[in-house]
Amino acid sequence: MTVDTAIKGDTNEGMSYLDTLPRRAVTVFLPLAIIMVVLLFPFYWMVLTAIKPDNQLLDMNTYNPFFVFGPTMAHINQLLFHSMYPQWLWNTFYVAFAATTLSMIASIFAAYAIVRLRFRGANWVGGAIFLAYLVPPSILFIPLASIVVRFGLFNSPLALILTYPTFLIPFSTWLLMGYFKTIPFELEECALMDGASRWQILTRVILPLAVPGLISAGIFSFTLCWNEFIYALTFISSESRKTAPVALVNAFVDGDVYHWGTLMAGALCGSLPLVVLYSFFVEYYVSAMTGAVKE
Amino acid sequence: MTSLADNKLPQGARIAAPSALSRLMVNREWLGFWFMLPAAAILTLLLVYPLGLGIWLSFTDATIGSVGKFVGLDNYSWILGDDSFINATVFTIMYTLVASTIKFAVGLYLALLLNKRLPLKALLRSIVLIPFVVPTVLSAMAFWWIFDAQFSIISWSLTKMGLINHNIDFLGDPTLARICVIFANIWRGVPFVAITLLAGLQTVSPSLYEAATIDGATPWQNFRFITYPLLTPIIAVVMTFSVLFTFTDFQLIWVMTRGGPINSTHLMATLSYQRAIIGGSLGEGAAISTAMVPFLLAAIMFSWFGLQKRKWQQGSDA
Repeated sequence: MTVDTAIKGDTNEGMSYLDTLPRRAVTVFLPLAIIMVVLLFPFYWMVLTAIKPDNQLLDMNTYNPFFVFGPTMAHINQLLFHSMYPQWLWNTFYVAFAATTLSMIASIFAAYAIVRLRFRGANWVGGAIFLAYLVPPSILFIPLASIVVRFGLFNSPLALILTYPTFLIPFSTWLLMGYFKTIPFELEECALMDGASRWQILTRVILPLAVPGLISAGIFSFTLCWNEFIYALTFISSESRKTAPVALVNAFVDGDVYHWGTLMAGALCGSLPLVVLYSFFVEYYVSAMTGAVKE
Repeated sequence: MTSLADNKLPQGARIAAPSALSRLMVNREWLGFWFMLPAAAILTLLLVYPLGLGIWLSFTDATIGSVGKFVGLDNYSWILGDDSFINATVFTIMYTLVASTIKFAVGLYLALLLNKRLPLKALLRSIVLIPFVVPTVLSAMAFWWIFDAQFSIISWSLTKMGLINHNIDFLGDPTLARICVIFANIWRGVPFVAITLLAGLQTVSPSLYEAATIDGATPWQNFRFITYPLLTPIIAVVMTFSVLFTFTDFQLIWVMTRGGPINSTHLMATLSYQRAIIGGSLGEGAAISTAMVPFLLAAIMFSWFGLQKRKWQQGSDA
């Protein structure tokens, strides 16, 4: 729904043809360019640092620091073949994938039940799900840490796979509820008349029609997992089991010396999977983000 | 959905009495229960229960290894007398107010710019979202490097322009460090505000502006009397989310300063982590994080009334 309005809006020029070019240059293009530069500069700097030889990183007087002369793959090489970074990336992926799958399954059932089964108290449950989304991890991590220790899950990826759904399920349920509401009731009624069970209706009618919604919720959940920091910092202690964001913060430091090239290469490689995923599904992503807020 | 049971059955037709099992599989209430079960189980065990446990822990002297015993309000009276807690609370409020206000202003401005007729509009919109997509920790590391004491690119540029003659220690000076973390937070939050408000702007019909302009409205009046009122509901929701997530921020601070220098950039979340996980006293940390709850409730109430207004404006009967 949001995607449709977004696309329609793009072609609608309104009264903007009345503005002259010089006026537009000052009131639109210039401020836009400044904001874009500020938004993108940290990434430019990240990329530049990742491929800059060490001597240029430290000697800013001989070489202009805004450019790179003779880029090197040394930092990336160091990162990928002489550190535990691939292991950390794999941990991040594994945890994100498992937690996303788990919460998608739970959310699909929950959202369908709330929107379509209309059991007694469904509205109330829907409201509770929304409230659950507003509970931030930073007030949950202390009690969760004590629970994780009690269950013997401390320092296990399972601790993350089980706790990430606490913020994924409310979010994706909320998003899918919005999506399921747009599927006409009549389709379900037809299936019911033809003797389909609720399970068949869900798997044969609703889910195929809700694929865009499922993609949005899935990608967004995956991103949230990849981004997660505080639980991974608290529940995982051994180096080989850490997720990439947590491990990187303490990595590549020898005493007082920060290996900025390798650190930035790590930040870059940790961001790339998400940026690539995002660039393929940007419309779904935007609709997930704005849809969740607008519902 | 009309009830099929209301229809009269043809005479002579017999229906087998539903067995207990089939009732569990078909009855709407039971089906609802089964469908809700996985989500409800996870959320009860790992969200509702910890929420209560956190409040309970704040009344105990629990440490990471031990369950602890009830100590009443000791933790609260202790943190209230603790300067670093008071400082963290004040800075958390300041951080939230300053960052959210600027995020809103810049985000709205950017949304209005992106809503104009532009070449490569879709591309620009995708680029704007990148700071939101990249993991906060990793972009915070980029800022950490940009604000480095020795090799900061900002210091270098200012030196070359002749504005300063020594490197600025951005994250070493309390006031500067506070400004830097607030800046990083704004940088990270603007795309979310801008893109969401842009989605709201695109639902505003251009004919409203045309009509107003024909009636002699100035651009400011267009904004004040058309754009702003129509956007109010979505602004309320976006800003609630923004305030909520800024208030409970942890990652940016932890990566860039770890609360330093001299505790000047501690937020309540980072302070509670330091006390509970690093210091080991879960009770005290829990008290600090429980102290965040009243603020969060205030933000949620704000959201609630924002949503109410939206329904009323749409003429929905819900």
